[in-house]
Amino acid sequence: MKPPCRITLDGNEAVASVAHRTNEVIALYPITPASPIGEWCDEWTAHGRHNIWGHLPEVIEMQSEAGAIGAVHGALQAGSLTTTFTASQGLLLMIPNMYKIAGELTCFCMHVATRTVATHALSIFCDHSDVMACRQTGFALFCASSVQEAHDFACIGQAATLQGRVPFLHFFDGFRTSHEVTKIEELTDDDLRSLLNDQLIVAHRRRGLSPDHPVLRGTAQNPDAFFQAREAGNSYYDTLPEIVQQVMDRFAGQTGRHYQLFDYVGDPQAERVLVLMGSAAETAHETVEHLNRCGEKVGVLKIRLYRPFSIKDFIAVLPSTTRAIAVLDRTKEPGAVGEPLYLDVVAALREASAQGNSHLLQEPRVIGGRYGLSSKELTPAMLKAVFDELAKPQLKNHFTLGIVDDITHTSLPFDPEFTIEADDVIRAVFFGLGSDGTVGANKNSIKIIGEETPAHVQGYFVYDSKKSGARTISHLRFGPRPIRSQYLIRSAHFVACHQFQFLEKLDVLEYARPDAVFLLNAPYSAAEVWDHLPRDAQEQILAKKLRFYVIDAQSVARDMGLGGRINTIMQTCFFAVSGVLPREDAITHIKKAIEKSYAKKGQEVVQRNFAAVDHTLTHLYEVQVPERVSAAFERAPLVADAAPDFVKRVTAVLMAGKGDLLPVSAFPVDGTWPTATSRWEKRGIATEVPIWDPGVCIQCNKCAMVCPHAAIRTKVYEPDHLQGAPSHFQSTDYKAADFKGWKYTIQVAPQDCTGCNLCVMVCPAKDKSAPRHKAINMAPLAPLLEEEKNNYDFFLGIPDPPRDRVSHIDVKSSQFFLPLFEYSGACAGCGETPYIKLLTQLFGDRLLIANATGCSSIYGGNLPATPYTVDKDGRGPAWSNSLFEDNAEFGLGMRLSIDNLSRQAQQLLQRLAPQIGDDLVKEILEADQSSEAGIAAQRRRIAALREKLRTIDATIANQLEQVTDHLVTKSVWLVGGDGWAYDIGFGGLDHVLSMRHKLNVLVLDTEVYSNTGGQASKSTPLGAAAKFAASGKAVHKKDLGLMAMSYGHVYVASVAFGAKDSHTVKAFLEAESFDGPALIIAYSHCIAHGYDLRFGAEQQKLAVNSGIWPLYRFDPRRIHRGEPPLVIDAPAGRNTVEEYRRNEARFAMVEKIDPVRFRQLARAAQDQALQRVALYEQLANITVPQAAAHDPAPNDDAPK
Amino acid sequence: MDLSTTYMGFELPHPLIPGASPLVDDLDTVRRLEDAGAPMIIMHSLFEEQIVGEQLAVVRSMEVGDESYPEALSYLPRPPDFALGPDAYLSQIARIKSVVSVPVIGSLNGVTDGGWLAYAKLIEQAGADGLELNIYELATDLEEPGEQVERRALQVAQTVKQSVSIPVAVKLSPFYSSIANLCKKLDDLSVDALVLFNRFYQPDIDVEQLEVVRIQLSTSSELSLRLRWLAILSGRIRASLAVTGGVHTAVDAIKAVMAGAHGVQMVSALLEAGPAYLKKVREDMARWLEEHEYQSLRQMQGSMSLSRCANPKAYERANYLKILQSWES
Repeated sequence: MKPPCRITLDGNEAVASVAHRTNEVIALYPITPASPIGEWCDEWTAHGRHNIWGHLPEVIEMQSEAGAIGAVHGALQAGSLTTTFTASQGLLLMIPNMYKIAGELTCFCMHVATRTVATHALSIFCDHSDVMACRQTGFALFCASSVQEAHDFACIGQAATLQGRVPFLHFFDGFRTSHEVTKIEELTDDDLRSLLNDQLIVAHRRRGLSPDHPVLRGTAQNPDAFFQAREAGNSYYDTLPEIVQQVMDRFAGQTGRHYQLFDYVGDPQAERVLVLMGSAAETAHETVEHLNRCGEKVGVLKIRLYRPFSIKDFIAVLPSTTRAIAVLDRTKEPGAVGEPLYLDVVAALREASAQGNSHLLQEPRVIGGRYGLSSKELTPAMLKAVFDELAKPQLKNHFTLGIVDDITHTSLPFDPEFTIEADDVIRAVFFGLGSDGTVGANKNSIKIIGEETPAHVQGYFVYDSKKSGARTISHLRFGPRPIRSQYLIRSAHFVACHQFQFLEKLDVLEYARPDAVFLLNAPYSAAEVWDHLPRDAQEQILAKKLRFYVIDAQSVARDMGLGGRINTIMQTCFFAVSGVLPREDAITHIKKAIEKSYAKKGQEVVQRNFAAVDHTLTHLYEVQVPERVSAAFERAPLVADAAPDFVKRVTAVLMAGKGDLLPVSAFPVDGTWPTATSRWEKRGIATEVPIWDPGVCIQCNKCAMVCPHAAIRTKVYEPDHLQGAPSHFQSTDYKAADFKGWKYTIQVAPQDCTGCNLCVMVCPAKDKSAPRHKAINMAPLAPLLEEEKNNYDFFLGIPDPPRDRVSHIDVKSSQFFLPLFEYSGACAGCGETPYIKLLTQLFGDRLLIANATGCSSIYGGNLPATPYTVDKDGRGPAWSNSLFEDNAEFGLGMRLSIDNLSRQAQQLLQRLAPQIGDDLVKEILEADQSSEAGIAAQRRRIAALREKLRTIDATIANQLEQVTDHLVTKSVWLVGGDGWAYDIGFGGLDHVLSMRHKLNVLVLDTEVYSNTGGQASKSTPLGAAAKFAASGKAVHKKDLGLMAMSYGHVYVASVAFGAKDSHTVKAFLEAESFDGPALIIAYSHCIAHGYDLRFGAEQQKLAVNSGIWPLYRFDPRRIHRGEPPLVIDAPAGRNTVEEYRRNEARFAMVEKIDPVRFRQLARAAQDQALQRVALYEQLANITVPQAAAHDPAPNDDAPK
Repeated sequence: MDLSTTYMGFELPHPLIPGASPLVDDLDTVRRLEDAGAPMIIMHSLFEEQIVGEQLAVVRSMEVGDESYPEALSYLPRPPDFALGPDAYLSQIARIKSVVSVPVIGSLNGVTDGGWLAYAKLIEQAGADGLELNIYELATDLEEPGEQVERRALQVAQTVKQSVSIPVAVKLSPFYSSIANLCKKLDDLSVDALVLFNRFYQPDIDVEQLEVVRIQLSTSSELSLRLRWLAILSGRIRASLAVTGGVHTAVDAIKAVMAGAHGVQMVSALLEAGPAYLKKVREDMARWLEEHEYQSLRQMQGSMSLSRCANPKAYERANYLKILQSWES
């Protein structure tokens, strides 16, 4: 046996490494946390890396997981070794095909990074609910508990399915295993070849469909045949456990790593045994070893092959002395007798006992518990609590672990102080910003230590759910033994805080153990820094006797020309003060790593980083810690005292990163969550904010229009409201006639602004004496913070102008409407959120949003805070996310329901007309609600109606009272990205558009799967590089608008607010006024396009002016007026497509990969833009015959 | 008519050279230039800022958003290898070399003595027959003395000259306190040619948008400044001389040659009129020489230089006086 090759990588790459080398076709669809597996495979194929048979695996991205598994099924049927990767909802979409694949006894091993299935809420994190939903499919369920095992089992699963013909679902824990970076022994190509039997591969091929030896599969069978045929494959399942064990044994012979179907660890005479699977089994493993050392007779049984469940093998590994068993399930099956694994164990014990096949000395007592839903922590302390429970005379069954259930009292209490962390395992915790490169630097450090020393390493990274100002916490362990601790570090030898402001928001030092090293990046010298620490930080430094180092990394980075990237600097500091490696060795390795990372991208970057490393050590100082606390200030509360009770009790705790401490009773029972909570978050992530100069301003309101976070606002108000204004509050006379004599203010929300610069970039007003100075200009926030906070508070207190006084809605007046979507976690400079904000301004008080999963559902609905908010009357958007794939249908359902309730209300109103009064009823039923004034009038009528109903003593009046709200028009919008509209949800969207129901579809078109990290969609334009189209997409973007126009009855608009904001507003208003389906395709610049988003609006202009993104409106109403329905709203050809493309890395990087292809694609893009413009110009001249307009088609599907 | 000349050590059939410009980005245009008789091809400039800036920009744009958000640890695919703009430039040299038979001259543009100068060697390795170093510096620093600016220019030229064995031409701006001395020092460094003068992007003001905009192309009026310095240097330094900026017609070119130019670079005229215009200028030039009974171009090369012309003072201070006097009259 050769000495093993050790590599440092994460679980996804470890699985991809085997899957790519042992398959020929890979069909997939991106989904967190499995997306990177496919991305690795795609990248390797793109780079020409072959599988072990010397062929290039075909990697194909499909339109959904249902599509991916369909392609997999076909590829398998035609004889290729095929795989896929998925998780959660994606796995559920594959289930129908999985039954088929298993029913046909097809050799297939798929890989699943387990993830919670959405229930009351979506979660990207880990539990086994997805895999457990597949128990009935007939797949073998094969569980790895670590990165090494995931690597190994990917191979064993592939070998075993070839031999046993039962398809395998190989799974490992999402994030905890898929994203953990650790050192493993790599399987060589020879290892893989030795385990994958060529004869079996040939047999698989022979079973493939071929007209040269034709067979038929997929028959329809009748009662006479189906049942027997279904039983005909039983023996394959009966023999599979033995086959898997044989493969495991061969694997051990090849690699030295031994596995069993069920691996037992612990005292051979154990009395108390845990049964579980997945990464938690590793924590249980080390906990058991610890308790054994303490003399406790305990053990843990790790399940590898969960299906088929071999009772014989399961019983065999249990110590005969077992008296009590706790089965831990990482899933929840409401209403069941118990969770699935628990039921299996109970049944297995009972069956073995009944058949006399048990060697156990007594019938063990068995209890089951749930743990780890959505990656909830499972620590040794919790596991010890389970063992303690098993020792009690009365056992608590169906318990929960890791939470406090104060409602149904299922939870097991545990001692949070209990810890088994070994002293020789160095633990380090790093707090950073996503944008400062902390995680990347730590991954780099792990690689250095993993690959340059014999130490075992582990890196796990916790990200928050914000896309701007995102906080990261890195947990690193280094030790002499394999690290099995699958939980976060609570007591670290080294704590680094890479952003000084975190100390004011978080208890960073709670992670530090006594005598730990604390490294702080601060804009202060070693002599000054102490006085800038909050009290609790000083207290902990003194109490824990921390060694305290400080560096001004931002200054070093700036001096070295590295911008805000402090990664290299902080990495150097870590090695310099942690003592993990000798300092000089570490610096050599860091430089080697820099060379490796950046050499291809240019020596300048390398040199600058080298210089940063060298300068770091001269700027790193140990702080002489004073003997006593001197801080004059405490860490401020996270939310203001004025916040609602729920926000203080629940939201603020989640914001503080302490949500684990909240008991069950703190939470809503059904996932219903209050809106209007982001306003309390006050993240304060901008260092510069826009400041208004009224003297230059032309009051166009474009700044407010483009703001992605509703953090710069405009207001027009009566002069009286200025009474009591703060001294620095700015105001000027309003210049237009509609609010003559009123005052006008533009005000920034200083703690909600992300500093993206979009507003300043679009500001058209320049100071005539110094044109560099505009009407709004970025200014450092720190000196302005307090006064701008006061100004903003005062601004919010000024009443908004009455909506019904706005007679004409355009860009300017729309920005006087209160945004009901504010301070979301979207990226700084996001190109989507301005559309959503506008939507809420125009129709927010009567708006229902069905939101497809994606970026917009994350910044729209990811806890802790919710950005949708309410107006002064408590009205605002009602929002819900169902799934990724079903959003059009989901929104249609909302429309159907609202129309139903509206019809009921109208009918009840008519029946009660004599009591209510005919005039009021007539006015309500015939009300014109097409304007703000009309809606305001209707609301007044409804208020009068309610008054009247109170005086009517009849059941019917009560019924009407319940639905009066539905007499006011409701606006239903289906919102989602291009991944939804062009790909996974297209079938549903197409169906909804094919009908005549009044609803609006807003497609936030970033031309790529943004939320999952830039995978190509059918909206990705020709020539753009995206994941799964790394060399530049070779086909044109799908013309969704043209498809919708082909129905003839759909309102369609293509908009780009950065190019022509007035057109966007007009399209939104027209869509809303259209009595039928309306589709707006909205150009949304995106971080995945690869440029500084401050130029987002500029790029939109270039896109529109080149013709690559035409602005148009297709309004079927114009057909009735004898006009062409299509109107082109912006001329093309004012710049070339190339002028647009060259500014974005997604296009430009193709040139860096293949300049010839780049030029070909560029020419094709230009040609296509011109052709499309020409087509549209011709369409814009087509007049539909009047007869068609006068004789509309029967409207079978419209509301009756 | 014998229009041959020697420039940068190359024997050329005539002095009319397409100067550094985007014309060479397209291979078809390069072929058309050669067909029009271009005696050498000068690549467009590879800018110091491009070399440094692109490296930084690639890293920034590729890393933006990385490792920030759990669902998207990156946003763009990771290419196996990068052809940075400078790399594409090097490839273009090789491509041009493969389609033309005339010498191909690379062009580097920058001011600081930094890592970007390594591209001189890379340009040589890519097959360039010569290198034009464009020292394009606007001395805007109120605190920096002229001596320091000149020292930096000499340092850059020395670094380049020492790193390559192909001929090196240095393209200068007219804004040095002592051009003649600077040229002498460059000559002492054994540079093979001096190119007078680079054109700074000419600013203009858009009064509607309150923005500074660029004027792109030169006119014949820019020639006189170059004639003066060609005439002053001609015959007094070893390096060959070229003019660039303001040559639009055969007569412009003839003036330059008479003032001492061995090479006459044209850019704006070719951008406006197309590559074939080069042929027309050459024919016009030959015709002019025939009509004026010159035996060869070399016969008139430097004939109107300071050291050989009939009224040398016209190039010097007396010329200034004369103009002033003419104004008075």
